[in-house]
Order: sequence, then C-alpha cells, then structure tokens
Amino acid sequence: MMFGLVVVPTPTWYLVLSAVLFSIGAVGVLVRRNPLVMFMCIELMLNAVNLTFVTVGRAMSDIDGQAIVFFVMVVAAAEVVVGLGIIVSIMRRRSGVNVDDLSELKG
Amino acid sequence: MTSSLWLLPAFPLFGAFVLMVFGRRLGEPRSGWFAAAMPIASFLVAVSVYFDLLSRSSEERHEVVTLFSWIPVGALHIDVALLADPLSITMALFITGIGSLIHLYAIGYMHGDPKFSKFFLYLNLFVFSMLMLVLGENLLVTFLGWEGVGVCSYFLISFWHTRDSAAVAGKKAFVTNRIGDFGVMTAMFLAFSTIGSVSYSSINEAAHSGVIAPVTATAIGLLLFVGACGKSAQLPLYLWLPDAMEGPTPVSALIHAATMVTSGVFLMTRMSPVLHASYEWAPMVIACVGAATALFAATIAVAQNDIKKVLAYSTVSQLGYMFLAVGSGAYVAAIFHMVTHAFFKALLFLGSGSVIHGMHHEQDMRRMGALRKLMPVTAITFIIGWLAIAGVPPFAGFWSKDEILLYVYANNRGLYVVGLITALLTAYYMTRQVIMVFYGEAKWKDHAHDHGAHGDFEPHESPKIMLFPLIVLAGLSVVGGAMQLPFSKKLHFLEHWLEPVIEESEANISKTWAYENKYVLLVIAILIAATGIAAAFAVYGKKKVKAVEPRVLEQAWFYDAGAAKLVGGPGRAAFNAVAWADSRIVDGAVNGTATLVRNFAGQVRKSQNGFTRVYAALMAVGAVALLAWFLFRGVA
Repeated sequence: MMFGLVVVPTPTWYLVLSAVLFSIGAVGVLVRRNPLVMFMCIELMLNAVNLTFVTVGRAMSDIDGQAIVFFVMVVAAAEVVVGLGIIVSIMRRRSGVNVDDLSELKG
Repeated sequence: MTSSLWLLPAFPLFGAFVLMVFGRRLGEPRSGWFAAAMPIASFLVAVSVYFDLLSRSSEERHEVVTLFSWIPVGALHIDVALLADPLSITMALFITGIGSLIHLYAIGYMHGDPKFSKFFLYLNLFVFSMLMLVLGENLLVTFLGWEGVGVCSYFLISFWHTRDSAAVAGKKAFVTNRIGDFGVMTAMFLAFSTIGSVSYSSINEAAHSGVIAPVTATAIGLLLFVGACGKSAQLPLYLWLPDAMEGPTPVSALIHAATMVTSGVFLMTRMSPVLHASYEWAPMVIACVGAATALFAATIAVAQNDIKKVLAYSTVSQLGYMFLAVGSGAYVAAIFHMVTHAFFKALLFLGSGSVIHGMHHEQDMRRMGALRKLMPVTAITFIIGWLAIAGVPPFAGFWSKDEILLYVYANNRGLYVVGLITALLTAYYMTRQVIMVFYGEAKWKDHAHDHGAHGDFEPHESPKIMLFPLIVLAGLSVVGGAMQLPFSKKLHFLEHWLEPVIEESEANISKTWAYENKYVLLVIAILIAATGIAAAFAVYGKKKVKAVEPRVLEQAWFYDAGAAKLVGGPGRAAFNAVAWADSRIVDGAVNGTATLVRNFAGQVRKSQNGFTRVYAALMAVGAVALLAWFLFRGVA
C-alpha cells in the first residue's frame, strides 16, 4: 500500500452501513406512495437487519447470528410471495396505484 | 300396576297431540268420540292402580314412579316423577271419571260448532295437565300442571273469542291467576332454599321431623295458600270465576266446578304437614278466608239471575267451605266435600247446560220457568243435584257438609255459625233457582220472538248423549255420601283410605263436645237446610213474601266494579309509573352505558384513517419510543 495504511474494516463499519440502509428503507416506506417501491423498501430494511445479525454474530463468534438470518430470509421469501400477489392483483384492478387511495377498509 | 301410572297422563296427552294434527280431518263427531276415549282409558288405568293400592297394607300405599331426570343442576335435582298414593289416586279417579262424562256430554253440547275438534283438543290437554298436577311428586311437576290447567282454562273460557266478553273473561282469569302463581313460585323457592328439595316427600318429612322452623313453614304454607286463593277463587282473588262462565258449559262443569278450582284444596292437603308445622294462626287464616268467601259468595248467589252465575257463585262458596275445612284441620272432610261437590256441581252445571241448550242459548232465569214437563230428565237430575247441594239427607252433599261443620264446631264456634248461615243461604238460592227454572209459569213464551226465526218457540229435551252423564252424576250425587258415613268408625271409608297421607295433620276431635254430640249437629244441619228450602218456597213458590234481591247483592257487593275501578284508576297509574321507571331508569342505565361506549368508540375510530403510511409512521415512532425507553431506563 502506498501510505502503508491498512484499513481493516471493523464491525462498526458494518453496523453503520446497516443503520444507513435501514434508515433509507424506513424513509422510503414513509415517503413513497407506490406500493411496489414501499415493498422494496421493506425488503431493504429486512436485509439491513440481516447485516446486523451477521455482523454481531461474527463479532461474538456465535453461529446463531448467521442461523437466524436464514430464518429471516425464508420468512421474507414467503412474505414476498403473498405481498406481491396482493399488489399485483390490486394493480390489475385499478390504474395508477397509490397507497393513500387504498383506504376503503378504514373504520 | 303402579308401573302403568305414566299411562294416566299419557292417554290425554296423546289424544291432544292426535287432535292437534288430525283434528280437522277427523271432524265431527269422530274427534269427540276419540277425545272421550282418552279420559275413559285413563280412568280404567286409575281404577287398576286404585285396586293395586287397595290390596296393599296402608303403610305401603305410597309409590313414586320416576319417569326421567328433568333438571339436574348442581344441588337442584328435579325428576319428572309421579306419585301414587291414596290422595293422588282419589283425585285422579274423579278427574278422569267426571272428565269422561263431560267429554261425552260435550259431544252433544258442542254439536255444530265450527271449532268442534279444537274444543276437544283443549279438553284433553286440560285432563293431561290436571293429572300432572295431582300426580306430580314434587312442587315443580305440580306447578307444570298448575300452569297447564291455567292455560287450558284461558283457552276454554275464551273459546268463543269472537265474543268480546269471552275474550275479556279469559284474560281476566289468566291475569288474576298470575297473582296466585307468584305465591306458589315463591313458596317453591323458599322450600328449596330451606331444605334443598321441592319433592313432597322431603318437604313433608322435614316438616314432620321439625327441620323446618315454624316461621318458614308458615311462610311456605301461606304463600301456597295465596296460590290456592287464585286457582280456587277465594277472596280476594275470586273475581275471575263468575266471569269464567263465558266459556261453554261443559268447561264450566269440568274446569270451573269439579276439578281445576279444587286444585288449591288439593295442594293444601298435600302440604298438610307443613301447615301442621306452622304457627297456630296460619290454619286459622285459611279457615277465616274460607268462611268469609263461603258467606260472601253465598249472599251474592241469592240475587243472580243468570242460571250459570248462580252456580258460579255457589262454587266459590263451596270452595270456601273446603278451605274452612282445611283451616280447621279437617282434611278428610275437605277431600270428601271436594269429591261430592264435584259430583253434584258437575251435575248442576251440566243440567244448566242442558237447559241452555234446550232454551236456544237463553241463560236468564227470569225467562224460564215450568221446564220440568218439557225436559223431564234434566229436571229430575237437576233436582237431585239441588237436594245434594242444599244438604238434604241422604244425598251426598249433606254428609260432606255435615262432616266439615262438625270439625269447624270443634275448632271455632264463630266460624261454625258462619258455616251454618252459608248452608242456609245455599239451600235458599238453590231452591230459588230450581223454582225459577223448572216450576212456576212458563215465561219463555213471551220472549219467543227474541230467539230469531223460531215461530213457535218451545224448549226441548237434550239428546241422549247429554242425558247419560246427567243420569250417572245424579246417581253418584245420591250415593256419594256412602264414602264416609258418620255413624261408626267402620263407615269412615275415606278416612281410612286417606290415613297414610294426612294422618299426622288431621285434627283430632274425638274428645270434644262436638264429637260426642254429633247427632245434635246433624239435626241442626237438617233443620237449617229445611229452613232455607222452606223460605225459598215461601218467597218464590207461593209468593207469600216479596222477593228481596237488593242491587248490592246482584252487583256482587260492587266488589268487582270496585276492583275494576281501583285497578283501572290508581292501579293503572301505578303500573304506568313502574313501566316508566323500568324504561327510563333501568333500561336507561343499560342504554346509557351502551351509548357512552359507542360515542367514545366513535372518537377513537377516527384514528383508523386508512392511510398505510400513517400507520407505518406511528409504528416507527412507537419503535423509537420503545428504544428510547430501554436505553434511558437505567439512566434516570
């Protein structure tokens, strides 16, 4: 290396990255109105959490952190199947989908 | 044969069911014959059970047949159980016996009625309920029958419901009886809370062994008496019975003379150990109410002009006699009089029905007279009934009335005098009725035109099917007294028969002056009856004395009108006030709570605005707040 600087990524980097990803996801869910985009933001939040799990698991030398990620991924996959199904069927019924318009079931 | 006991109520119930489904198809007169077969079958069963009991020793004449468990709830366990003992079988015998005769009579009387089969449906249902009442082994089964006969009575009083007066009379009977039912129910609750059972054997056993305190026994006894006052038409609840004469005459004979109205007396006799265990004054209350009713109704009967109203007030009066006996501890005499009264009063009612039938539905005695030549059988049987109720020996009524008076004399002489005056009045008004209907001048000729198109109107004798029951009942009214003759202990058949049921409670008068001089009382009773009859002959037969029929008596001492005014005026206001309190205060509290919750919920649900992103934001805020709480919890 040029300056003899060896940058070793510490777990903090990963945690900061996952916090940034999570925040992007959360803001996306709150500000966007397209259900498909909101859905992708939720996926982003889930994967940010996954990154946290793996980081902390690695830092503590505990395999559980990685194991639980698989559970999250399975659940997320199942959720995608159901969620996308619903969104597609809504999109077929109406044009220009906006989640704020989907408020027929309010009390 | 007690195993066949269930057949007793089953036959009439079956009959009622069949008539309900196929009544119209059976038509007239087949539905009538079919219905009549049911109480006859029950009567045969009752006779077989009677002989079965008779063949046993007197201690073993008590058998409970449990049909099924009705209400098994925790400590409350009630079976549908029937009780065969001398009292219930005595009742069952005369209910089914007289019931059969009246079914037969009704085939003739109801001829041509458009609701012919329905009438017999109700009659069968009535016989079923009445049998449940007397055969029930606990208060609840009896109460089932008690309500059943009340409902049938209502149906049958307002059988011709297109007539306004009949509909009103039915309602009046039903509502008045509610007051009595309240008493029975409260007594039942009290019995259950005190001894944990409503079966007669446990209640009477508890009363006998002194488990029930006198104050509780008094309360149970008097509450049951309230029920008896309603059902058996005693003061102050007798009001409905005279109006019940709006029903067809066979109904008056069966329900409102022979059977249902005596169920109060039956209940008091059944519960006699409880009365025995209560305070001294409790039976005295019953005796006084009975005596007051007997005298009160007898005075009214003197001035009635409706042939059935006379008999109705007479029935109230005779029921008063029975309660006088119950209150004096003379249960055997009460049952004895109940049975003989059932014979001769059913006879008199059926006789009056025959007259009404022959007179084309004329009921006013002032428009009758001299009917004995045109209706010989009715006249002769009616006269036998008259002699029986007036207390002429050797007819049935004389013996039973004398037995009651004997016990009453031993118990309380004041009440004895009331009883004698009642007997005098009874002889008087019944003689008056016989003279007005069957003797004197024929007054119906002047009123022939009232009866529509009958050009030459002439009363006629009734068909044979109606005369047959009259003849049988007349025979029973003659010999009925043989059940219990006063001459020697051996002739007290009814007393020996009923002994296991009322042994402990029956008053013992064998050492009193009255018992030792019973023949003196016998002669007094004969003299009293003779005086009453002679007086009526002088007034109505020979016309030597002008008849005194004050309006106050004709109007029943204005008691009915007074009660109507009271209930209609202040009573209605009070009911309205209660209804108002119920709808505003009681319902108001309930509805107010509901309204409060609804309004609050209406506010809260506004937060559910349907915007997904708002929900998501709230979740985010909540998550952050929770996180903050966990983080800073330890700091503070």
